[in-house]
Amino acid sequence: MRKLSTRRRHPLAGLVVLLLGLVVAGGLYAAFAPRAATAEEASARDVEAGRQLFLIGCASCHGKNAEGITTKSGGNYGPSLIGVGAAAVDFQVGTGRMPMANAGPQAPRKDPEYTAEETKQLAAYVASLAPGPSVPESEYTDYKAATTEEIREGGEFFRTNCTACHNSVGAGGALPNGRYAPSLKGVSAKHIYEAMLTGPQQMPLFSDEVITPEDKRNVIAYIKSVQDQPTPGIAGGSVGPVSEGMFTFLIGMGGLVGVAVWIGAHGARVKKRSS
Amino acid sequence: MTTEYTDIEKTPVGKKMAGPVEWLDDRLGLAGAGKKLMPVRKVFPEHWSFMLGEIALWSFIVLLATGVYLTFWFQPSMAETVYNGPYKPLNGLEMSQAYSSTLDISFGVRGGLLMRQVHHWAAMLFVAAMVVHMLRVFFTGAYRKPREVNWLIGLGLLTLGLVEGFAGYSLPDDLLSGTGLRFVDGLIRSIPLVGSYLEFFIFGGEFPGNEIIPRLYMAHILLIPALLLGLIGAHMLLLVYQKHTQWPGPGRTEKNVVGYPLLPVYAAKAGGFFFVVFGFTALMGAMIQINPIWAYGPYNPSEVTAGSQPDWYMGFVEGAVRVMPNWELTFLNYTWSLNVFIPGVLLMGVLFTALGAWPFVESWITGDKREHHLLERPRNAPVRTAFGVAGMTMYAVFWIGGGNDIIATKFHLSLNAITWFVRIGWIVLPVIAFIVTKRICIGLQRADANRILHGYETGIIERTPDGSYSERHAPLPVANQFVLTSHDRLPVLEAPAEEDANGVAAPGSRGARLRAKARSFYYDGAVDKPTTHDVEHAAEHLGDHDGHPVPLGEDFQGVSETGIPRSHL
Repeated sequence: MRKLSTRRRHPLAGLVVLLLGLVVAGGLYAAFAPRAATAEEASARDVEAGRQLFLIGCASCHGKNAEGITTKSGGNYGPSLIGVGAAAVDFQVGTGRMPMANAGPQAPRKDPEYTAEETKQLAAYVASLAPGPSVPESEYTDYKAATTEEIREGGEFFRTNCTACHNSVGAGGALPNGRYAPSLKGVSAKHIYEAMLTGPQQMPLFSDEVITPEDKRNVIAYIKSVQDQPTPGIAGGSVGPVSEGMFTFLIGMGGLVGVAVWIGAHGARVKKRSS
Repeated sequence: MTTEYTDIEKTPVGKKMAGPVEWLDDRLGLAGAGKKLMPVRKVFPEHWSFMLGEIALWSFIVLLATGVYLTFWFQPSMAETVYNGPYKPLNGLEMSQAYSSTLDISFGVRGGLLMRQVHHWAAMLFVAAMVVHMLRVFFTGAYRKPREVNWLIGLGLLTLGLVEGFAGYSLPDDLLSGTGLRFVDGLIRSIPLVGSYLEFFIFGGEFPGNEIIPRLYMAHILLIPALLLGLIGAHMLLLVYQKHTQWPGPGRTEKNVVGYPLLPVYAAKAGGFFFVVFGFTALMGAMIQINPIWAYGPYNPSEVTAGSQPDWYMGFVEGAVRVMPNWELTFLNYTWSLNVFIPGVLLMGVLFTALGAWPFVESWITGDKREHHLLERPRNAPVRTAFGVAGMTMYAVFWIGGGNDIIATKFHLSLNAITWFVRIGWIVLPVIAFIVTKRICIGLQRADANRILHGYETGIIERTPDGSYSERHAPLPVANQFVLTSHDRLPVLEAPAEEDANGVAAPGSRGARLRAKARSFYYDGAVDKPTTHDVEHAAEHLGDHDGHPVPLGEDFQGVSETGIPRSHL
């Protein structure tokens, strides 16, 4: 204690206290602040490569600094991407929605334009602009590890939050003005996760506080387990009563009327012998 | 040509069956009863369109058989249970016993899924066949006197069929059927003043309650099938009593029926057709998936799935409700949900009232009180046919509304655009359909008149010595001419007398004026069949054209575009 009391008037004491305070505050901030933009260490080289790709492929709509470009009427050509995070980029670019082929009510899913490496670089660049949700850890997309109980729970979440737009087997559904909830068939677990996390296009955003990462994984597990069910026969059951009605008339009534015509065209047969 | 006929007693089967049949006849008097009660020698006319109602009858039999099988395992209870079955994604989930037992039927019971699917397909076919049968009866005027009552019985069968189908759709208590039940709950509630009381009465409390599935089950397996069976019996008895209608043709009059007897010809034909219908429902049940209830999950009023639709026969109501503007008002402290009441309850009421009233309205317009056993070709009643097609068009437009989300996603259209299409189309398109159909009918009538007066087109092109080409026509066979001219001549339309001889306004003249207007609308534009004078005149005209290079011969009936000889009979 003497040491401390003798040296507290040392000319450098104030500086030491200030440093200590900064270290503590910084450490606390680092420990408690929202997770940084990139889960994986995004190298400065990735960010720079991503920026170069962005300037060529994205900046025409989203602006040179991803700040978005507003139109005169107050809408935008492309929204600001500051703070959308790596997850949004990975989803939009990874599912081929971005870059958009043409303007429309909604960007459709298509074959991706960028390789996985380029997508990662673009994501790193956008994530470097401001903190945002990052690409999910593989433990949350490993839906095969889910137990029966977890799948059932995921189903409850799915039916409560998702089926109203995406249909009970994820076949998709219509939304107003030409927009739609896309089919979930063949969408990777990572992209489903990112869609929940970032709320792309018409979709609401389900943050980790609303649906925890574990529950997101369970929802994915339910979707995958439902889609992996054998769908015997024609139609496969995902299309609902409209197609059932169509089959009733095309195959059922069509076929039976055909048979009726055939029966009606044949009179009674009597054994006849020409004399 | 002689016909060889073996008496049934002398056939090998007959010889063996003689003993048992005699034993039964001695005790039950079957032979006498058969002659009296069973129309074994009743004659039925032959035409494919007369077998449409049979499709409905046979699918009803399939429904009874498969339905009995399903009742062995189905638990009509809304009591909660925890599912522990082979379908893993729902394992451990709380659900009603109704849903859980339907899952068991689908996955646990041998043949259960097949029976469920056959039952559902047969139900879809049952209603479809009734509707198509009804359209046939409508377009051929078969509902005219004396068959108005049977038309009404048929309408009752269709109505009960809809209710029966809806009840069955609601029983499994999955998310889709619960949504359908909620829809009907909305319809009931939308009835002004008494709606909410009715809801509590039917559901035994607030929706969904614990009562509705046991109640619907009772209605589905007992009440409505019993009513259906009774009405089907009445429908058939009247058919036998009044005899079947027939198409006009040589030897066929309003006083006879030309065809084959029930035994053995129609028993074989209809019996065979039963197996065809059974085969179709079985094949569809085996090969096309229908209503995969496990995919929807158990019903929960807070959940819904995209692509929720009723079965096809309720699709028109669904469509009308979907496109209806949100009109709602509060009056006398009650909420008046016109947004649901008009397109839901009122639309169904108007449709069924119009269908029920049509035979009487038509007979009032035409003033036709005679009995009719000969059918009318649709073209010879242009306004009736046009009304029918207009009605079908309106129904189809509402169907589009009912499937708007599926159409929007499959054809990449805007949901709003489809909504507006239906909102405008349900009025405009039936009017267009009416005009177009009427013109087509009149065109066909003209073509008929042409064929009678100028003969049919032989397909033979002749060149005259001066180089002009023309198609040779040949007189239509007399039997064909008879068919084309066997309908009634158009009545002479007269304006009703507005005043009697003393200048006093005639009593009931307003009704008479209205009727005269309706009559002139009903017969407007229709082409009358040629008179005998026309036919004779035309025959002389045709006679002038001799000097054809090649005689056609007795059997000649024209050739097709590819030179193949045609047959008109």
